Amino acid sequence: MTTNLRPSAPLLELEHVAKAFGSHVAVEDFTLAVAPGEFVSFLGPSGCGKTTTLQMIAGFLSPSRGTIRLQGRDLTQVHPSKRGLGIVFQSYALFPHMTAAENVAFGLEMQRVGKAERTERVRAALAMVGLAGYEDRHPRRMSGGQQQRVALARALVIRPSVLLLDEPLSNLDAKLREEMQIELRQIQRDLGTTTILVTHDQTEALSLSNRVVVMSKGRIEQIGTPQDTYERPASAFVARFLGKTNDFSARIEGAAPARIVAGGWSAPAPAGLRGPVTISVRPERISFSESGLPARVAARIFQGNHWLFQCETECGPAIVVRPNDGLAQPGEGEAVRLAWREEDMSIRDMSLRAGAAA
Amino acid sequence: MSAAAATTLPAAAPATVPEPRASRAPLWLVLPALMLFTGIVLVPLTMTVLLSFHDWGQYKGIEPVLILKNWHEIATDPYYAEMFGRTLRIALITTLLTALLGAPEAYILNRMSGRWRGIFLLLILGPLLISVVARTLGWALLFGGSNGLANKLLLSLGLIASPLPFLFTETGVVIALVHVMMPFMVLSVWAALQRLDSQVEHAAMSLGAGPLTILRRIVLPQVMPGVLSGAIIVFSLSASAFATPAIIGGRRLKVAATLAYDEFLNTLNWPLGAAVAVLLLAGLVLIVVGANALVERRYAEVFR
Ligand SMILES: Nc1ncnc2c1ncn2[C@@H]1O[C@H](COP(=O)(O)OP(=O)(O)OP(=O)(O)O)[C@@H](O)[C@H]1O
Ligand SMILES: [Mg+2]
Repeated sequence: MTTNLRPSAPLLELEHVAKAFGSHVAVEDFTLAVAPGEFVSFLGPSGCGKTTTLQMIAGFLSPSRGTIRLQGRDLTQVHPSKRGLGIVFQSYALFPHMTAAENVAFGLEMQRVGKAERTERVRAALAMVGLAGYEDRHPRRMSGGQQQRVALARALVIRPSVLLLDEPLSNLDAKLREEMQIELRQIQRDLGTTTILVTHDQTEALSLSNRVVVMSKGRIEQIGTPQDTYERPASAFVARFLGKTNDFSARIEGAAPARIVAGGWSAPAPAGLRGPVTISVRPERISFSESGLPARVAARIFQGNHWLFQCETECGPAIVVRPNDGLAQPGEGEAVRLAWREEDMSIRDMSLRAGAAA
Repeated sequence: MSAAAATTLPAAAPATVPEPRASRAPLWLVLPALMLFTGIVLVPLTMTVLLSFHDWGQYKGIEPVLILKNWHEIATDPYYAEMFGRTLRIALITTLLTALLGAPEAYILNRMSGRWRGIFLLLILGPLLISVVARTLGWALLFGGSNGLANKLLLSLGLIASPLPFLFTETGVVIALVHVMMPFMVLSVWAALQRLDSQVEHAAMSLGAGPLTILRRIVLPQVMPGVLSGAIIVFSLSASAFATPAIIGGRRLKVAATLAYDEFLNTLNWPLGAAVAVLLLAGLVLIVVGANALVERRYAEVFR
């Protein structure tokens, strides 16, 4: 299952790829190697260049600089129709005048697959996405989720070397989206198709992919496994984009052994740090305890399977998430103490965050 | 209602609902339009239909009786069959030509970039601003006998031995009609092209389709409803066109519309003219409604 971790020749390589529209740089110095069978997500806020990058891989846009290679072959001069990639568009882009089966069969017709084999592969592809029996429906008579499945079947039936998905789930409602995520993951694992998913939904990126490419303003902020990017964000942007985080202002006190101190909470400081720093801790890694950073619960919000506490501390506001485990929880206005383990925090030098109050 | 009434059976409730009065409002609102429609369409139409059953004589004029004389004449005299046959033929060929020329024209126009597209769109739609009479007279000036400008030029260059026959020919009428009708076809196809999703073409491309395949299998089927509705417009306008056949065809090459005109104003046989006009109208309505139903059924999925 974890084929992605095996070192192998990359299937798809992007090297220093850049794209400028006039003077506006949409993508800058994008370098990435995707291993066979890997599921990679491009994650970033709107307008950060995800679609642009995907379109360059697909061939609908040509890069201003850099090279894209598929199985070692330079793609720059290869026409989109000759790249053999499967693409699912955000708007599905189904052929409205064809039935579901005709839509799926189109790519096979282009490959001159014989009638008998074509019919069988179309049937299998539609069955795989759970649409057996919908062969003769036209796209406009299908629900969003069903159209999305047809688009997926149409892209997969040609057995593409790489599957490109541009926010395929963003038009679906929350429940359907979750179902499709699970299904997509399952299909991708079963077929072993190398997949690139574009999304601005961090949960989707984290739950589906082997690796996440976090982008901001046309640049790569971090490439790593979902756990890596979530727990060891390379920048403040990544930390904030991948879920909520608490920033506490802290100091390094004493020498040999130095300690890092935030109000009433302290721990041994890593070597080489001095002066004021910012430590950042995920809300779910903070617990209420006997000792630690003194805080006051400003608001307590019940969210079903967990509680969310908004607290005030001398080092800044804090959000704490505790599972709803049936135990008594502190009430609003109550004085508490916040604690976390050293390994659950990341430390940033204050000088990196100009304007942060001590 | 009192509290006591509220506790009684719910069956009593509907009596108090002021619904019926409110639902009459739409009727009042459409009344002015309805009156206008009755006044300027239904009444004249009914009178024309009635007129077509009246009798007429050179000296006695119109006699308000109900007889089938005019209809019998139209049905039996091959002269009228020829007129209606010619009208149908001219309209069909005009429709075919505008579709064959207009659809590619709209497609090319749609692929042009910004400024050029604006200029060419203006060139294509501009003629709509000029009267049909003026446009058709232009053709007559160019090709009208040996005095026509184009004919003179071609004759003096020695390219043709005798003036190109244009006036009083079906070919001439068709060419002038195609010219007049082209904007309607281009606009109709253009509107259909606007609805195309460029991603759909990209999708076809990514599945391995070349430009010609995309045009034939993806673009054309989606634009076909636009071509067909354009064809319906062009057909009905050409079949009932008056100015162009009147100027190019004159009185030597009559079509149904010019025939009706002549009966009314030259022969003064109003009842016969009315019968011709009613037949033309009924035929057109049948053809257009039938074609529309066919198109809508065939392309239900694309229209939806
Ligand atoms: N054809 C174009 N011409 C000019 N600028 C463009 C063009 N396409 C994209 N851009 C710009 O490039 C930047 C990146 O666009 P892109 O579509 O890749 O964003 P994205 O990350 O996919 O965003 P979203 O999540 O909203 O889809 C944007 O600032 C956009 O305005
Ligand atoms: Mg996008």
